[in-house]
Amino acid sequence: MKRTAPLLIAATVGFIIIVSTFIPYTESWGEDSMIWFDILAAVAFVLGGGNLLKMNLKKVSERRPGWAYSAIIIAAFLITLTVGLLKVGTHPNEVFWNKPWSGDYIGEGSALWWIYEYLIYPLTSTMFAMLAFYIASAAFRAFRAKNMEASLLLGTAFIVLLGRTYAAIILTGWLPELAHDAEPSFFGQLWNGLRLEKLTETIMGVFNLAGSRAINIGIALGIASTSLKVLLGIDRSYLGTGED
Amino acid sequence: MRTARLRSLAIAAACWLGAIDVLAQDSTQPPEPPAPPSELQVRDRPSDNGQALLISWAASADDAPDGSPRVLEYWIFRRELGQAEWGEKILDSPAGTTAKTDDQKIKVGTQYEYRIVAVGVNEGVSEPAELLGGVGSVRQWFNVQKAWFGILLVVICGAVVYFIEAARGGKDLKVRKIAGLEAVDEAVGRATELGRSVLFINGIQDINDIQTIAGLTVLGNVARRTAEYDATLEVPTSRSLVMTTARETVQAAYLSAGRPDAYNENNIYYLTDEQFGFVASVTGRMVREKYAACFYMGAFYAESLILAETGNSIGAIQVAGTAMPSQLPFFVAACDYTLIGEEFFAASAYLSGEPHQMGSLKGQDFGKVVGAVLLLLGCGAATLASMAGSSDGALASLAAYIRDYILGSKGLFP
Repeated sequence: MKRTAPLLIAATVGFIIIVSTFIPYTESWGEDSMIWFDILAAVAFVLGGGNLLKMNLKKVSERRPGWAYSAIIIAAFLITLTVGLLKVGTHPNEVFWNKPWSGDYIGEGSALWWIYEYLIYPLTSTMFAMLAFYIASAAFRAFRAKNMEASLLLGTAFIVLLGRTYAAIILTGWLPELAHDAEPSFFGQLWNGLRLEKLTETIMGVFNLAGSRAINIGIALGIASTSLKVLLGIDRSYLGTGED
Repeated sequence: MRTARLRSLAIAAACWLGAIDVLAQDSTQPPEPPAPPSELQVRDRPSDNGQALLISWAASADDAPDGSPRVLEYWIFRRELGQAEWGEKILDSPAGTTAKTDDQKIKVGTQYEYRIVAVGVNEGVSEPAELLGGVGSVRQWFNVQKAWFGILLVVICGAVVYFIEAARGGKDLKVRKIAGLEAVDEAVGRATELGRSVLFINGIQDINDIQTIAGLTVLGNVARRTAEYDATLEVPTSRSLVMTTARETVQAAYLSAGRPDAYNENNIYYLTDEQFGFVASVTGRMVREKYAACFYMGAFYAESLILAETGNSIGAIQVAGTAMPSQLPFFVAACDYTLIGEEFFAASAYLSGEPHQMGSLKGQDFGKVVGAVLLLLGCGAATLASMAGSSDGALASLAAYIRDYILGSKGLFP
């Protein structure tokens, strides 16, 4: 039963969403199912928050290595939750100006807004900024010309890199461009095609795009097949043991 | 002399009076309104739930692109059949346009009347063009625009079901080796030898993303291996529902491996929904715990490279699988093995080794054949039409039909 009920729910909702794609009459059914999911996810968030607290409290109480990090997590979690729920520092809205809780919980000037603006945004931006260094280290490793394939990759990357900068104009700007008012000759097209910015366009628009579309077709078929297996109950690995 | 002076005074007075008259006319009379639009037509928007009506009209004679811009825009009014007043305008459309979609709270079964006017400078309004007698929207039973999509879906899903049934019936199906999946045993074995843990990240999307489901099926197989090898498996998640489902999956895997006692639900835990908060926590743990093997299976965004590079820096053997094309290069650069797109979705069938699951892979292959045939037909027809220099011949029409109808959303028939 523990496996059958979720399977039936998943299959029913899945088929409703498929049907609502093709039958305009049932469009709202699909939208409603997605709203149910949102409600479910919101309820499950309590579960996640509870688990976060439990795990970190346990770590602090057992004084396991790194317990100080857990203490910071608990403090940050509880402070954010409290100021958000109690709408600390929010300004009443214009319609209900005499009700102190009528303001937007994340309105400008509120404590939660302050936490977002001055703590979460800078922290996430810092993490995102680190990506630049990771890209450099990954590129260094990926572009080492160890064999034929890696050398080709390096050469292609080098052309694209130059083609996207002014270096392309400096290095190959002397090659003749195609004349707009005359029928281009074979050599005219060849020289024009060898300009770095044109080579970059060709690599990105032909080779890269073709490969990317091939991957996308495979992904689309994989999604269709996997979804079908889930809806028909052929793949049940995500449903667990079935034991109560 | 005196007569001449009187005459010039009279002329000057007349000029002043004339000028004053002109000025008075300019300030009191509105500018001449533009010519009205005509041929107002309203029809139901096809293939929808009765939420919209399509309005079209012939432009005002003063709405000429090359002339002086006497029309600035068109105002459209609507009223329910039987009402006397038109009320406020419901839509406006700039000069030069001759069509607009009215999706402003259209009620199915209600009949509406429409009026359109051209508006010029200083809001000089033309005579209206009206559509009286009532027109209403209809709720359609089938979205014809998606007919070909539906046909392709039925054909490909039908092929998947057929091959699954064929596999159940004992048909031998051969599937090529996928190096990334062959490496699962190697990675878990290495973790066991080193006495370190295995890390599994199921992407950062919720359970309603098919990549998360595909990742969970791989997690089940990885968990079975860790149970067999007695290695520790850690699964941090960024969604509560994924945590709950991952716990069920891992528990089932430990049970099927005959090691239910080794299952520890505390190793599958929720961190945060925040993308970079999750990454910060996971990478911090990676550096401290020094996992021997890291699996990244699911939907990833900018965090993919941060995770994979950190894993690389601690010397972990890494296997990634995702259907996010933009993240694949990062995983390829930083991981030992990467399951690219369809390989990732094939993983569960491949790892399970169950014949009926393998059948689904053959169904996918059939879909590829259909795609390849359409590609060849379309490209061939377009190339031959281009070489023949014809833009409206049979070949060009075939290429256009494939592009706009079969792969597009123009419906079933031209």
